[in-house]
Amino acid sequence: MEKQKYISVNGRNILIENEKNVLEVIRKANIELPTFCYHSELSIYGACRLCVVDVDGKGVQASCSIAPEDGMVVQTNTSEIRTIRKVNLELLLANHDIQCPTCDRSNNCKLQELSSKIGISQSRFKKTNVNFPVDDRSESIVHNPNRCVLCGDCVRMCKEVQSVGAIDFIHRGAQTRVAPAFGMSLADVECVNCGQCVSVCPVGSLTVKPEMDKVWDDLTNPNKTVVVQVAPAVRVAIGEQFGSEAGTISTGKMVNALKLLGFDKVYDTSFSADMTIMEEVQELLERKMNKGQLPLITSCCPSWVKFAEQYYPELLPNLSSCKSPQQMFGSVAKKLLPDMLGVDKKELVVVSVMPCTAKKMEAKRPEFSHEDIAEVDHVITTTELVKMISNAGIIYNELLPESFDMPFGFKTGGGILFGNSGGVMEAALRYAYEKITGETLIDSDFEIVRGESGLRTIEVNLPESTLKVGVAHSLSNARILCEQIKNGQSDIDFIEMMACPGGCVVGGGQPVSFDNNFKKKRTASLYNCDKQLQLHKSQENPYVSDIYKNELGEIGGEKAHHLLHTTYNSRKRISDISLDVRNSVNHKVKVSVCVGTNCYVRGSQELLKKLVVYVTQNKLQDMVGFEKQEETVDVSATFCYEKCDRGPVVSVNNITIEKATFAAVKKAIQIELEKCRIDMMV
Amino acid sequence: MNTVIEYESPITRKFNAVVEILEKYEYDSSRLITILQLVQEEYRYLPKEVLPYIATALNMPIAEVYGVATFYAHFSLEAKGKYVVKVCNGTACHVKGSMPIVDALYKKLNLTKEQTTTPDMMFTVETVSCLGACGLAPVMVVNEKVFGEVTPEKISEIIDDYLENKEA
Repeated sequence: MEKQKYISVNGRNILIENEKNVLEVIRKANIELPTFCYHSELSIYGACRLCVVDVDGKGVQASCSIAPEDGMVVQTNTSEIRTIRKVNLELLLANHDIQCPTCDRSNNCKLQELSSKIGISQSRFKKTNVNFPVDDRSESIVHNPNRCVLCGDCVRMCKEVQSVGAIDFIHRGAQTRVAPAFGMSLADVECVNCGQCVSVCPVGSLTVKPEMDKVWDDLTNPNKTVVVQVAPAVRVAIGEQFGSEAGTISTGKMVNALKLLGFDKVYDTSFSADMTIMEEVQELLERKMNKGQLPLITSCCPSWVKFAEQYYPELLPNLSSCKSPQQMFGSVAKKLLPDMLGVDKKELVVVSVMPCTAKKMEAKRPEFSHEDIAEVDHVITTTELVKMISNAGIIYNELLPESFDMPFGFKTGGGILFGNSGGVMEAALRYAYEKITGETLIDSDFEIVRGESGLRTIEVNLPESTLKVGVAHSLSNARILCEQIKNGQSDIDFIEMMACPGGCVVGGGQPVSFDNNFKKKRTASLYNCDKQLQLHKSQENPYVSDIYKNELGEIGGEKAHHLLHTTYNSRKRISDISLDVRNSVNHKVKVSVCVGTNCYVRGSQELLKKLVVYVTQNKLQDMVGFEKQEETVDVSATFCYEKCDRGPVVSVNNITIEKATFAAVKKAIQIELEKCRIDMMV
Repeated sequence: MNTVIEYESPITRKFNAVVEILEKYEYDSSRLITILQLVQEEYRYLPKEVLPYIATALNMPIAEVYGVATFYAHFSLEAKGKYVVKVCNGTACHVKGSMPIVDALYKKLNLTKEQTTTPDMMFTVETVSCLGACGLAPVMVVNEKVFGEVTPEKISEIIDDYLENKEA
């Protein structure tokens, strides 16, 4: 047996197991080292210098950045260490725009907490007078650089876990701040609105874009009938902000609070999640039967959808055309509730409570508004609901449980599972099993699709066939699967994608938790919610069946399609930047070649080079007035015509050429030149 | 790959140069700084429009490329003049009077601390921390040419020489 290794922490020997750094070992000694920039799921950055310890023979070191060695002697609480921590915190405070009473993160702020724990009574350093503009143009996220402590958690989350990299450190020294490229707004870059940056931000620099005021306005307007849908993941997290342990289920109290706030009806998004299962499984089976495009990929997660639209437009046909449960609820509510509740459609307001920041962006997509009426009017996050409850002075913990309203408050366990990674897949399997085999599923649990791993492919054995499924959470894992599909290395039938690491239970709109096990606890609670219900399979939801019988007709039929399905479009990553390659001023023919990611890989760069050579070499001297063609034809590189699946895309004046070849563009240029020549001769 | 180009306008040449630089470094994102340096040599600065192109070609986030480009003082995202005048303001030059030289340049070229490039894109005036030629203090460099023991009086003459070259 290998000799066990120990380090000495304040005189006590602590066993080294598989910890990658001294900090993790020290935590086992029940000592909480202060940190801003250390997150076990992110790379080690060592910037905040608060986890400093004294290592015998090595001096003061950041414990996150050194590996534990046998026999190491570590002190965590010498007077030198305490002074260093204090000075570092004071310096951060000098840089921080202290607005605690009005800050979104007051009482849940690492800087506040550590200042108090470490005992800062004053900040001796002069305040910096830097005043950066606040970016509040994104639908989901507000970014206030003046509160940033430059820990870089958001930057690494976005780049490493989500593989998006919408933000980074820009400039240097005292001018350093976190921002998107060119200091643009988050609304104009590749941000997928997942809000994971908000989840890791230790202070109030990145916060959720609030929509509470709009909800209050409608709640207090006597002409409006306001209904609310609550997503499954909200019920296992909301209690945390009222002092309960992570993962506490408080569905009944939450419903009661919503009624006290004045919502006319309280419904459950799990109801429409049950509908999503019906439509999505139908789509899967149809594609399997008709040899349609596989794998089918879920489309419930708006961040994943935007990610796919930006980076993998060629896979958009693989996305399920089903709307997400939030939007299915909205479209069904706006269609059926006016009659059911006897209200004018224009006076009906649908509010969503979501664990998710991206749902705000989803609700505002133009596809989800019809004749100026949005399917979902306002989206608030779990944390916003907590604020509204506090605003109203409701003592949450004292509330008695209330029940959801019928019929859209009724759900099966299948609909509940949507909040967990693997949950949509499990709910789908519960239906697909019965559809494929024609048998009744006795034990509805599919434990094999559960788990924490961010990328799982599972073969589900059915009596006469197998279904190969994939589950991915975190967009970096989604990217791995997408690459495999693109390269033809995938024989998966059905994939569930969720952007947040662990699924909706850890969405960007959920309370920020400093409990190290909060993900596990919330996930386990959601599985318990399923167990507490009598029905577990979406297809058993009697009210969903009623809607199909009375309103929608067949599952996957024409009416259902009209109400419950949508389309996707490829999108550019960054708006409105084009690169003038030739800079001719008085051009008559403008040729723009897309060099966005997708056209680029389809060879647009080669095409661009050839075109530049062509227009400079061929002076077409036989054409009257075109001795200097290089002055007549302007070539520029541009970023994205949003037709990425049909790239390379080139525009010649107003003509757009998809799947452009050199010959095709050349011909178009010649036609345009000919037109100009005729114009000039006239 | 080698494209034989018989005629090239200067701007075309630059774009092709960017492509060639990327090819030379095999689209390796770990060579970003070198690539940006060479691209800056072509354009005399890093045009905003080129950065997304480089980022796309290197398969990295645009924000990261922008972060690198703004981190190093060496990189400029603003177009610079044909002649970049760098006045040393290191300790030795500073005590020997580098700031009056900067003032003289500003006056001669009608520039300010905020506007450091002439509208005709001929001159850019900037200060640097040390050119390592303290024995010649105060020192000034125009593009690659070094001027030692500069005085405010000499400024007008030096600039005029460059302006005459322009006429020529």
